[in-house]
Amino acid sequence: MQQAIFAVATIIIGVFGCVAYFYFSNLLLDRMLPAKGPNAGRNINRANAIRPWLFVFPALAILSIYLLYPVFSTFYLSLHDSRAQFVGADNYTWLAQDEKFRESLVNNLLWLLVVPAASTFFGLVAAGLTDRIKWGQLAQSLVFMPMAISFVGAAVIWKFIYDYRGAGQGEQIGLLNALVQAFGGDPQAWITLPFWNNFFLMAILVWIQTGFAMVILSAALKGISEETIEAAYLDGASPLQVFFKIKIPQIWGTIAVVWTTITVTVLKVFDIVFAMTNGQWGTQVLANLMYDWMFRGSPDFGRGSAIVVVIMLLVTPVMVWNIYNAHKESR
Amino acid sequence: MDMAGGKSRLTWAVNLSAALLVLLWIIPTVGLLISSFRDRDAISTSGWWTALSASEKNVIERALAPGEAKPEGDLWVIEGKVLEGQGTTVTAFGITSKEPEAFSPGDTATHARGHKITVQADGRYRIEYAEEPSGSRGQRLFVRAETPPGFTLDNYREVLFAEGMGRSLLNTLTVTIPATIIPVLVAAFAAYALAWMEMPGRALLVAAVVGLLVVPLQVAFIPLLKLHIGVGLGKGYLGIWLAHTGFGLPLAVFLLRNYMVGLPGEIIESARVDGATDFQIFRRIILPLSFPALASFAIFQFLWVWNDLLVAKVFLGTGEDQVVMTGRIVDLLGSRGGDWEILAASAFVSIAVPIFVFFSLQRYLVRGLLAGSVKGG
Repeated sequence: MQQAIFAVATIIIGVFGCVAYFYFSNLLLDRMLPAKGPNAGRNINRANAIRPWLFVFPALAILSIYLLYPVFSTFYLSLHDSRAQFVGADNYTWLAQDEKFRESLVNNLLWLLVVPAASTFFGLVAAGLTDRIKWGQLAQSLVFMPMAISFVGAAVIWKFIYDYRGAGQGEQIGLLNALVQAFGGDPQAWITLPFWNNFFLMAILVWIQTGFAMVILSAALKGISEETIEAAYLDGASPLQVFFKIKIPQIWGTIAVVWTTITVTVLKVFDIVFAMTNGQWGTQVLANLMYDWMFRGSPDFGRGSAIVVVIMLLVTPVMVWNIYNAHKESR
Repeated sequence: MDMAGGKSRLTWAVNLSAALLVLLWIIPTVGLLISSFRDRDAISTSGWWTALSASEKNVIERALAPGEAKPEGDLWVIEGKVLEGQGTTVTAFGITSKEPEAFSPGDTATHARGHKITVQADGRYRIEYAEEPSGSRGQRLFVRAETPPGFTLDNYREVLFAEGMGRSLLNTLTVTIPATIIPVLVAAFAAYALAWMEMPGRALLVAAVVGLLVVPLQVAFIPLLKLHIGVGLGKGYLGIWLAHTGFGLPLAVFLLRNYMVGLPGEIIESARVDGATDFQIFRRIILPLSFPALASFAIFQFLWVWNDLLVAKVFLGTGEDQVVMTGRIVDLLGSRGGDWEILAASAFVSIAVPIFVFFSLQRYLVRGLLAGSVKGG
């Protein structure tokens, strides 16, 4: 109860604090540089130069402290050991030789290859199919729904699918093993199956991200000009040909956006691995490895930071591409 | 004719494939949802897809001790009931472990020592001895019982009140609501300035925001945790609100600015000419017109904060008053890994709110996604 009061009080203080800041800072500016009297012209110009900064200041301050400063600080920390002694590139040479880091890097690359490709593919298929049917809206909602489910919730859902009962432990209650058994195969402990278990974890993210890809690609498909499609039909193209040869080439740009957005999500994937295996059985990924170094019995912030710098470097090309595109569009 | 036939066949194929895809996508969730309403025994002995058919189980029970037999005519009789109060039906019974299902309900089995045993379908049993028996160990009864399909809310009751999900629900709400409202407000002002006010370096600031969109959160954990501890904030709600605000701001500013740039400039110009200040323009014109974009971002931020595990694990403590639902579920996965009734119900307690928000406000969510990614994010 006390906590609820505390929360409500903070909301009120926070919200009113924000509003009060904007209101009173603007009022103060108007008082100090009044738009009348002998210096009206000069005052107006000065006030107009200052006011935008009053508007952006809180956002700028929070962004600087919570995102910009950490980028530099992380780089700085990555050059120091767990006792804050400067060690140069030691953490990076350690990374290069660490077994777990290599495993994580390989796994992350696998995730990068499979998840964006599979999600975009299924998203495209779903968009193509739901575009042409009467209950398309409902179908889209249902495929899109996993987006609202937390990665942890999704992990529980799929762990149940992959559930395995050893011999003598009774009937298989996991759907996958029950199906395998129904088709005459042997049940497996999927999550501990070396190498392939990575793919069973990836399936979860594909399941979540397909809806995202579908929604965006579906909007792009709707935006294609009718004329090109009609012309193709008149020339005797089949619906499949139209889809692959007329529609898809026109939405390459959107496909690229979907692909890169999912790529960034994949690089940061943590919850799924943490909840399913915590990196055991050869499923470690960079984000989870970093968390591990940060919170293990004797934390090493230097090594943790070095891993983050690697993640950061992997994201950078996407960042540059995004800025380039946004810049191109604003012109 | 041929064309039409081909077309309808194609329509069928498309409908069928779409149905298959949708089925594939919702089955995992449906499976766990159904399981969350089944009782522990039912979940662990049969797949959830059998939930609507009766489940069978084999049980061994001991009858009352022979010493409690009562005389009845020439006989000494023990009467009682197996599987008391479970609503089950006996389909077979036996008296030795070698043949646990040798007899049908109502049959009479004769024990090697001479006493006669009958078990009825409803679980009542009767054991007849020719002479007064003695001893304290009752006759073993092997029973095969059929349980009718049944659903229960017990799992939810247990996770909410005994497993701490109720408390965690409150904690999650405490994290989510301020962490959704504050960034919307802060970002709206900044977005307006970046869209409609003359300032040097505006293009650079916009580019910086786009760049920050993809900065991995992991970057922030170690420096900020050190900072929070350094300034005495420690691990707690104030810290996580600020952190979520910071992490949500790039998307908020980006989405809102893109939307506000698209608003008609004439309205803003004419308001300026009429002598309205920027603060008035923002409050009276921009905010109401930007409602769809504000709603989109608010939904995003809400879903993201509600579903977050990582930020909560880093910036909140592990005490009962700070563990959020996702964190609680991960703990349960570790400590009660095989207890699917607990896990399923916990998962759905945490999923229910986002799903509700999702289905009721999907419009805004889709709009936000489109604005956020098609336009270059």
